[in-house]
Amino acid sequence: MTKKIVITGIGATSPLGGTARESWEALLAGESGARSLEHEWVHEHELPVTFAAEARVRPETVLERPVAKRLDPSSQFALIAAKEAFADAGSPELPSERLGVDFSTGIGGLWTLLDAWDTLREKGPRRVMPMTVPMLMPNAPSAAVSMHFEARAYARTVASACASSTEALVNAYEHLQAGLADVVIAGGSESAIHPITLAAFSSMQALSRRNDDPATASRPYDVSRDGFVMGEGAAALVLETEEHALARGARIYAELAGGAVTADSYHITAPEPEGLGASRALHMALEAAGATPDEVTHINAHATSTPVGDVAEVRALHRVFGDRVREIPVSATKAAHGHLLGGTGALEAVFTALALQERTAPPTINVTEQDPDAPLRISGQPMALGDDPQLAVSNSFGFGGHNAVVAIRSV
Amino acid sequence: MAFTKDEVLAGLADLVNDETGIATENVQLEKSFTDDLDIDSISMMTIVVNAEEKFDVKIPDDEVKNLKTVQDAVDYITGAQA
Repeated sequence: MTKKIVITGIGATSPLGGTARESWEALLAGESGARSLEHEWVHEHELPVTFAAEARVRPETVLERPVAKRLDPSSQFALIAAKEAFADAGSPELPSERLGVDFSTGIGGLWTLLDAWDTLREKGPRRVMPMTVPMLMPNAPSAAVSMHFEARAYARTVASACASSTEALVNAYEHLQAGLADVVIAGGSESAIHPITLAAFSSMQALSRRNDDPATASRPYDVSRDGFVMGEGAAALVLETEEHALARGARIYAELAGGAVTADSYHITAPEPEGLGASRALHMALEAAGATPDEVTHINAHATSTPVGDVAEVRALHRVFGDRVREIPVSATKAAHGHLLGGTGALEAVFTALALQERTAPPTINVTEQDPDAPLRISGQPMALGDDPQLAVSNSFGFGGHNAVVAIRSV
Repeated sequence: MAFTKDEVLAGLADLVNDETGIATENVQLEKSFTDDLDIDSISMMTIVVNAEEKFDVKIPDDEVKNLKTVQDAVDYITGAQA
């Protein structure tokens, strides 16, 4: 029998705020998290892109120093978001063997790796710190969260680039469905705003070059969009079987009604242009939710603000929803928070859960002239979702042809 | 310029504090790194690597296992100074 899986806690540390609530309020207020970077390395390397959406609160200022010292920033962000989410869920008490962790990253401990490489070259192997490998490994965020909460059911790391943390939610959903845990802390994090990534993403023409106006650079569906904006941070959700949540009287934000992943097997970076894989993931996620496309009332789109990616997703949406796609309130929140890569899906799932709870689709800022090839219902202002039961989908797609979708239902 | 034993102790205490959060005044000569200060092997190696840089000495890996107490470390570092 299918179990009902519910969201009982949320946490985030993002370019919009140091908590989920702060991030949400900044999102509703139409703020942008993108700013010019003030690091010396931007000018030292003459980077073609000089801005990004850095986290509003530096993680090392939140955690105790001995804890922070042993964690790459990607793990620091993860632990901060997970702690907020778990506390928000009322710190559920359960046997440690029934508490799981599903925490992803797209890239892993990039800063730790490259700092260690600099140390090796400048000072020799003896100065390379013994914690280097456990800090840079991609499962470090998952391990940090698991160790902090004594979560022993499992601690897993999905890596599917920018689909990672939506896939983590799908994994957690399946794990809970299978009865292998009662509560899972799921999410994703990224800390990869680094000269290497800015240079490399620039080389592939993936980043916006709007250096003179960072706040308007991420503009999904706008005719003048020219690439995504690097973001960083983490988000976490406490997922729980409804039975467990009700037994302890937990507050429920929304139901994680279903989820699915598919693969394009088409191109290492380009989305399959007809949206076949993405639309299949949408159909499968809705099927898992026991729902049909007709029931969907809100979409949190992947929409990174790249010329090609945004319209490929629109084709996928059109395949699933037909012409009704023009009527469903769509939010492309990367316009505000940039692209958190492996952390983005979890952040957008947090926003989707809040959208359903508050019956408000968050705004898509910066669209001054909507692309006629993206005839979606978007707005620069929050849109009311109405009092009827709501069903939303949140999409994430990653380099490698990974498609991940979660379906979230109001309660 | 050689460091005195007091200077090495104070410097070590700072390194231990930085790595573990243990208050510097608790880093006393008779304390065992593992039994009293609860410092694991990775933290110990981090402290050793940082101590090498701070005091400009070499502490061979084979020697680290002999540094059981803070006194052992202070003695080794002061003796190893050129």
